[in-house]
Amino acid sequence: MNQALKDLGEYIANALPNDVISAEVLLDELIVVVRTPAIVRVLTFLRDDANCQFKMLMDLCGVDYPDREQRFEVVYNLLSLKHNQRIRVKVMTDETTPVPSVTSVFSSAGWYEREAWDLFGIFFSDHPDLRRILTDYGFEGHPLRKDFPLTGYVEVRYDEEQKRVVYEPVKLTQDFRKFDFLSPWEGMTRLLPGDEKANVAENKG
Amino acid sequence: MATNEVSLKNFTINFGPQHPAAHGVLRLVLEMDGEVVERADPHIGLLHRGTEKLIEYKTYLQALPYFDRLDYVSPMCQEHAFALAVEKLLGIEVPPRGQYIRVLFAEITRILNHLLNITTFALDVGAMTPLLWAFEEREKLLEFYERASGARFHANYFRPGGVAFDLPAGLTDDIYAFAQRFPKMIDDIEELLTENRIFKQRTVDIGKVTAAEAMDWGFSGPMLRASGVPWDLRKAQPYDAYEQMEFDIPIGKNGDCFDRYLCRIEEMRQSVRIINQALDRMPDGPFKTNDRKITPPPRAEMKRSMEALIHHFKLFTEGYHVPPGETYTAVEAPKGEFAVFLVSDGTNRPYRCKIRAPGFAFLQAMDFMSKGHMLADVVAIIGSMDIVFGEIDR
Repeated sequence: MNQALKDLGEYIANALPNDVISAEVLLDELIVVVRTPAIVRVLTFLRDDANCQFKMLMDLCGVDYPDREQRFEVVYNLLSLKHNQRIRVKVMTDETTPVPSVTSVFSSAGWYEREAWDLFGIFFSDHPDLRRILTDYGFEGHPLRKDFPLTGYVEVRYDEEQKRVVYEPVKLTQDFRKFDFLSPWEGMTRLLPGDEKANVAENKG
Repeated sequence: MATNEVSLKNFTINFGPQHPAAHGVLRLVLEMDGEVVERADPHIGLLHRGTEKLIEYKTYLQALPYFDRLDYVSPMCQEHAFALAVEKLLGIEVPPRGQYIRVLFAEITRILNHLLNITTFALDVGAMTPLLWAFEEREKLLEFYERASGARFHANYFRPGGVAFDLPAGLTDDIYAFAQRFPKMIDDIEELLTENRIFKQRTVDIGKVTAAEAMDWGFSGPMLRASGVPWDLRKAQPYDAYEQMEFDIPIGKNGDCFDRYLCRIEEMRQSVRIINQALDRMPDGPFKTNDRKITPPPRAEMKRSMEALIHHFKLFTEGYHVPPGETYTAVEAPKGEFAVFLVSDGTNRPYRCKIRAPGFAFLQAMDFMSKGHMLADVVAIIGSMDIVFGEIDR
């Protein structure tokens, strides 16, 4: 299984040398990173090529990495019934750069792209019907971005006098608490305060 | 009088969000030409609770109960997907007994789900009796849930590393007795529906989907199999103990509402087969992994061992740290492919947890499935899709 995926990754990288940035197998799953403008071409190739036959787009979602220059990753999870394989295709984008819509390749992409637009604000060009899908009518902001607060900005209640539902800013009776669980003895990745002195002493000696 | 040139304008009607045949809070804007549907535009999100966002702020163990609340008629299958995803990132194995208990309850869940779907579908097209009968059976199954996990619906039973508790004494005997009686109940329901003239008039050739269309729209589960595609993740990409189980995959021929119903009926029979096998071969031994950094120690041990107490405290406050990585892990939930795309950044909380719900893809195809059908057929199509808004809206 693993070797087959590795071969498939090499095959795709060789077939589309200008579009594929990297192809690697991590945790027995094949991940292919491609250039954003080429996504339609790559997915069409994956769907129609005899060695790929990824006829189904099972999932499409965004992931937000605010520290990166291109903060959004759009992740396409494809499934091939013929070869019983899965592949993950990724493209990078930021708030302003649109990603070409793949609704022409897979019909199922329509709502998934609407969802990514709604929750992350990733814009898809040439999408036939890019409306919000999960959030409220007239909602503002993109809630799954890392800089959107968990509690949101507005809350609703029914107003007896106005006889309608009204929107108000969120009032929390207790501040939202977030605990830092990064204990120094587990998964230590950074230098602890004071550690830098050890090397200084070494250099002197 | 000259011939009247009448320009007909399409008529737009609003279906739901509060409608008994909408299976939850579906708002459907239908453009009608007389009584024929021209365009269907589902508005979803009325049950959106921000599950994916909430999970990013919870430890892995605290995130698990959210999965019960997605598709609330098949809770354990969704915990299964999340548990498998976390296990994959942690790189741990579940002991055989844990795997068998999971398979056993995954199949109980499948029967639970199909009983509800088949009978509410029948109710939508005008048959009330199956619902009354099936809910009695569901109650028995929910009692098994309760005896194993302590809760009828929101079980929180499949945990990363195994299951939360061992099966209580006598439960396997009662499940076995149920599995003996249950095929008779399927026969009874079939007797009311399968050859029923009204039921067939309402479902045969309604909402037809070809195999190519089903793949294009990302269908899975009975919706895909009814169109004649033999694909089941339990066979194709087996997880836990499914590799050792013998069962058949029913497929349909026409891909209409009636075939989807038949597939689900046969799947219940196959589930009974799997339940019998799981009970026969249920191994002894631990039901969850022995790694104390991931699963809590037994309560008795905590009374005597300081180390066990510390483990317990650390697990339920801080939780475990999952190594960085990402995985797309799918299970064959009763409705179709339920998957979790989990991204970990090495802390005790998921960085991103995308939930792939089968119903989302089904409802998306509502427009092309209902085009050219009558308004009353829209109800039949919704019923046969087996949609639950907990998972679609998340």
